[in-house]
Amino acid sequence: MDLQEYIELVFTDYTLRTITLGTAILGAICGMLGSFAVLRKQSLLGDAISHAALPGIAIAFLVLGTKNSAAFLLGALVSGLIGTFWIRGITRKTHLKSDTALGLILSLFFGFGMLLLTYIQKQPNANQAGLESYLFGQAATLLESDVWLMIIVTGISLVILLLFWKELKLLLFDPEYTKTLGFNTKFLDILITTFIVVAIVLGLQTVGVVLMSAMLLAPAAAARQWTNNLAIMVILAAIFGASSGVLGTAISASHNNLSTGPVIVLVAGAFVLISFVFSPGRGLLFREIRFRKNRNDLQLHKTLSFMYDIASTHEDISHPHAIKILNNFQGFTRKSLQKLEDKNYIKVHGNMWSMTASGFHTAANLYNQLVKAEEDE
Amino acid sequence: MSSAQIEIQLIASLVAMACAIPGTFLVLRKMALITDAISHSILPGIVIGFFVTQDLSSPLLIILAAASGVLTVVLVEFIQKTGLVKEDTAIGLVFPVLFSIGILLIAKNANDVHLDVDAVLLGELAFAPFDRLNIGEFDLGPKSLWIIGTILLITLGLLLAFFKELKVSTFDAGLASALGLSPVVIHYGLMTVSSITTVGAFDAVGAILVIALMIAPAATAYLLTNDLKKMLLLAVIFGVGSAITGYWVAHGLDASISGSMTTVLGVVFLMVYLFAPNKGLLSVLYRQKQQRIEVSLLTFLLHLGNHKEKEERHVKHLNEHINWQKVQSKSVLELALKNNMITIDNEIVSLTQKGKKFTKEAIDYIVTNKNSEIENMKDRFFLFRG
Repeated sequence: MDLQEYIELVFTDYTLRTITLGTAILGAICGMLGSFAVLRKQSLLGDAISHAALPGIAIAFLVLGTKNSAAFLLGALVSGLIGTFWIRGITRKTHLKSDTALGLILSLFFGFGMLLLTYIQKQPNANQAGLESYLFGQAATLLESDVWLMIIVTGISLVILLLFWKELKLLLFDPEYTKTLGFNTKFLDILITTFIVVAIVLGLQTVGVVLMSAMLLAPAAAARQWTNNLAIMVILAAIFGASSGVLGTAISASHNNLSTGPVIVLVAGAFVLISFVFSPGRGLLFREIRFRKNRNDLQLHKTLSFMYDIASTHEDISHPHAIKILNNFQGFTRKSLQKLEDKNYIKVHGNMWSMTASGFHTAANLYNQLVKAEEDE
Repeated sequence: MSSAQIEIQLIASLVAMACAIPGTFLVLRKMALITDAISHSILPGIVIGFFVTQDLSSPLLIILAAASGVLTVVLVEFIQKTGLVKEDTAIGLVFPVLFSIGILLIAKNANDVHLDVDAVLLGELAFAPFDRLNIGEFDLGPKSLWIIGTILLITLGLLLAFFKELKVSTFDAGLASALGLSPVVIHYGLMTVSSITTVGAFDAVGAILVIALMIAPAATAYLLTNDLKKMLLLAVIFGVGSAITGYWVAHGLDASISGSMTTVLGVVFLMVYLFAPNKGLLSVLYRQKQQRIEVSLLTFLLHLGNHKEKEERHVKHLNEHINWQKVQSKSVLELALKNNMITIDNEIVSLTQKGKKFTKEAIDYIVTNKNSEIENMKDRFFLFRG
């Protein structure tokens, strides 16, 4: 299947269109809200909440006896919120640390959920099939109504984000200051946490309990590398999330036996990897390049100041010297001499070098700065 | 009880013990979430190991899977060292990616691999007694019993041999390295043991419930004691107790054994969380309430001590001056009266001799911050117990 055919199919085929739209919107909302989770150092909260939502889904089914997305979402939301607040209770009221609290809630709620799920499976009720799809997610089960629900929730959270933008931004970077300004930090805190829980719950059906945390984190972690501006980060994260959704769906649709959830997570992981390596400001590649450039500059300066020491012993600064006498100094190579010549600091004739006026001047200033720095200390 | 039932309970208990020991140290070292990462990311190791060995219980597979667990730790630490993201984000990024690779590997080779994705998360303890280890004619019992038994023995041996080192490096990493114990060796040793235990327990309880068995008993024990040896012992008891209770709950409900083991662990934790003496929620809330009242009492007594004028010491005046609600001022007044700190004469409050002494002692404590001033108050007041 070539690209053009696939794009046509996206617009004509109901299932593929729904899934593509659904994963794109999911990626966008997760990226948006995930940015807050990452910056608030609550990265693993997503993991805990997505697991904690499972018993809610099972209880919703036990109560209703039928599969109903809206009821499942509500159940998941309630049990996710209970999990979140219990985590807070544990870290605030006991000496257990946040990692233990997260791990506890994650595993205990999930275990309880699994108990209920296996209990449901043994019940004489034909409707229970497909509940396990919440474990790993099944994008194929997305309906148009689910997508509409996602669009509505995304819309609401966008409005809330814009309304409380200034307050949330302040809360992120300086919670103490926010408090002293008289904002209700508790309310803001609960507001943003609730929306993070909502985003997680929305994604359960598509990517599943286990991989949901990556959906939340990866786009935000990737976006963080490209900017230091919150607004740009949120927008970038939304774009990264949506593209992972679309690309992941496309890859899994064009191969057999590739479930959508894991593929989306891998695509999002690829975004993170690319951002880690290639982002101009913080990326590993450019950091290494900067590091080497600085090292080379330092070497050049060392060579130059060594030459200055030799040249300044002569009345005529342009008096030629043998390259050989630089030998006991390790900082020079053919290349670095060439560079110095290119900058018009020195002239090289055969195996002799001589300093130019501009080179002498630069080296003198370089030296002065060093002396100055030493005096300062 | 049939012999299969006894065997299942035996395996579950051994798994719980083997998990509780490294779990205790992970909880104390604030690395509980690394078990989350390890338990997910050993999946690709298991799948690849299965391709190589074609046998789910071969030692090579366990080593390969444990290696992928250690690889996760190394990856997380590498990402963290670059400083691009925080540690928790690094954990959250690494394990879903590795887990996804594992799931896709299973899905792609669904026909060749007798690995069920559900079993990966849940494990199948109920089937454990059917896979038996035979040497010649002799039936030596279930294979998983031998695997987890060996792992438990190794863990116990390492614990006994390196208990002192583990203890020092857990509570004072600086002292440990000053004494010449390499923190790196102990760290990776612990990680390796955790990975191997996770892989061994994986068969029985599945990826996510391993986390529960590692963290929950240790966390529950930590709420009850501050003594490492007692904590280890309590964690093992909680783990084994929940494993056996969980088995019978599952038996009654006809549901997943590992699920009900975790649920029992959860209930035990909830009980301890609520009712533990000193560290439980209820006792913390009670202490905080007592402290609040005592602070009010102290404020009130200091106020009285500062004012000689009668109008400042009028009962009605309390509300407006210290800005308290009616109920609060009344309860503080009654508390002070009951303790013979004050006398009320014609609606005018005055300090008694005892009240004056108390106020002086409290001020001395606040000013000098020396404990000797308040030794005799500690029994009666939460406020000064620290």
